[in-house]
Amino acid sequence: MNIIVCIKQVPDTTNVRIDPETNTLVRSGVQSIVNPFDMYAIEEAVRLKEKFGGAVTVITMGPPQAEDALREAISLGADEAVLISDRAFAGSDTWATSYTLSRAILKIGKFDVVICGKQAIDGDTAQVGPGIAAFLDIPQITFVKKIEDVKDSSMRAERMTEEGYDIIEAPLPCLITVVKEINEPRLPSLKGKMRAKKIEIKKLEAKDLDADPDLLGLKGSPTKVVKIFTPPPRKGGQILEGEAKDISAKLVELLKGEICL
Amino acid sequence: MSIKIITEKCVGCKLCVKTCPFGAIEVVDKKAVINLDKCTLCGACIESCKFDAIVLTKLSPTDIQFPKKLDEHKDIWVFCEQKKGIVQSVAYELLGRGRELADMLGVDLCGILLGENIKEEAHKVIHRGADKVYAVDSSALRHYQDEPYSKVLIQLIKEFKPEIVLCGATSIGRSLISRVAIGVHAGLTADCTGLDIDKKERLLLQTRPAFGGNIMATIICPNHRPQMSTVRHKVMKEAAEDKHRKGKIIERSYGGDIYSSRTRLLDVVEEIEETVNLTEANVIVSGGRGMQSPENFKLIEDLAKALGGAVGASRAAVDSGWKTYSHQVGQTGKTVCPKIYIACGISGQIQHLVGMQSSEIIVAINKDPHAPIFSVATYGIVGDLFEVVPELTRRFKEVLKR
Repeated sequence: MNIIVCIKQVPDTTNVRIDPETNTLVRSGVQSIVNPFDMYAIEEAVRLKEKFGGAVTVITMGPPQAEDALREAISLGADEAVLISDRAFAGSDTWATSYTLSRAILKIGKFDVVICGKQAIDGDTAQVGPGIAAFLDIPQITFVKKIEDVKDSSMRAERMTEEGYDIIEAPLPCLITVVKEINEPRLPSLKGKMRAKKIEIKKLEAKDLDADPDLLGLKGSPTKVVKIFTPPPRKGGQILEGEAKDISAKLVELLKGEICL
Repeated sequence: MSIKIITEKCVGCKLCVKTCPFGAIEVVDKKAVINLDKCTLCGACIESCKFDAIVLTKLSPTDIQFPKKLDEHKDIWVFCEQKKGIVQSVAYELLGRGRELADMLGVDLCGILLGENIKEEAHKVIHRGADKVYAVDSSALRHYQDEPYSKVLIQLIKEFKPEIVLCGATSIGRSLISRVAIGVHAGLTADCTGLDIDKKERLLLQTRPAFGGNIMATIICPNHRPQMSTVRHKVMKEAAEDKHRKGKIIERSYGGDIYSSRTRLLDVVEEIEETVNLTEANVIVSGGRGMQSPENFKLIEDLAKALGGAVGASRAAVDSGWKTYSHQVGQTGKTVCPKIYIACGISGQIQHLVGMQSSEIIVAINKDPHAPIFSVATYGIVGDLFEVVPELTRRFKEVLKR
């Protein structure tokens, strides 16, 4: 079973603080990490490989330093890594990103499953996974919380919904996006770490892809950002003090108008 | 589009360095330098610079060639998500704002309804402000499935050429619209919290949070139609119902393999736990590490029940196995914006805050007065949740007679 995992390098917002005066992100000292949802994608791919054989290829589109994210994936058990990097890709929105990744996947070759994290924590769009599936014209199962079975070249999985989950069967090849519940990612092994250091990362540039240059990067992106601003800070709160009884009475008084709808 | 520093104006204050979410700016010899390999042209630095020393050259509207065929597109569409044949409330929220946008543009507001036996629901969509409803009725569309739904919607868009398509940012909406946007080569903006119209250019202004709500971005789609957005649930106000409102129902049916699906939906499982759908709830009571044990979540459940709300949990509580993942609020869980969010024993790590800080009223109960949750709380209670929460439950029950 050949599995391709799409990952993204993102700023580690768990270490981000908000400057109370400027209300902007304090970025100093913030490192780049593998998007948390993609860690579950990597783990699930490695588990599928361990069960059914085959190979895991991890790919990312990003600047040259995104190579670090690929090496981390190798340390966690991925076999091959491909960096898709070119200035021509800069400014890609989700349409152009999905297009570029789908061209890269076609270049890499035969695959049975593409796995993506449900969304990246910087953009939070959840659009690229289904976008890749649409470009590749393969079926998709989004928000997968469990792969129940893989057999006879089809996959049965549980797709998380607002009320519970759907059980869906998709023929291979297909694309899935995964949520946190699907597994508990392992730590890198020593052997994996050694491999990650040594492995040669393959590189794909725009000219290597069978892609229409007009559909790449900023030029190929239907959406344009016209304004960036910081939202007004939340108003400073009111601290209620005293005995539990008194505080509760006060809070009930403050909220009851809001609740009796 | 390009970005540059005007070195004469730059004083080397480093404000932009701190603001850049990608770490793409350095100060070298007291002048800011942008590393173009890291820069994504997001523009966050421009706002931070007090000396106007950073210039982002954008496409100005005059540079943008409006292909003639954009004019062929008109009307605003709202995809009316239905489950078990019932149109979901997020669609009514979109019809509310969609009506205002349609009036600004002077076009029709149309509901898009896919399902089985949906005639009655189509009338309800009209009662909520639609001028027309495009309805596609087929047993194959009874439950949502990616392929038939996306093929039908792509077909409708190609046939009737809307200029704007809005859809709820639900699990169905996000899976569906992402596929459709590729199919019709449209711009798509995810999880919008604000929609407006630039009347002069007839453009949809789509505002959405990024970096967990720490930055807001306004996005346009100048050269492609339709302009498509998914919109966060509970941000816009539901359209009022007017049972006398008249409108047109346009029924379409299609042949060929448009309804076929390579995936098969084998089962729809509803997990009946305490309460429902966090994203639908008006009140959410959440517990964190301070709950100390899974048994203590009973206190949270009791308060949620008294308030008719849902139960949430922090990542710490979910990772400890005290609550299932479907309850998790925050970065790797759900983003919620209820009217009232009550955080009990949650310290307020940024991963949690990004999932709930757009709630209207936030109540925080924590014994640590320095817990970061208090910085976003409308009402902060420094105290023992094991005393406060049961007391609150008792009093709310009394007041609300539940």
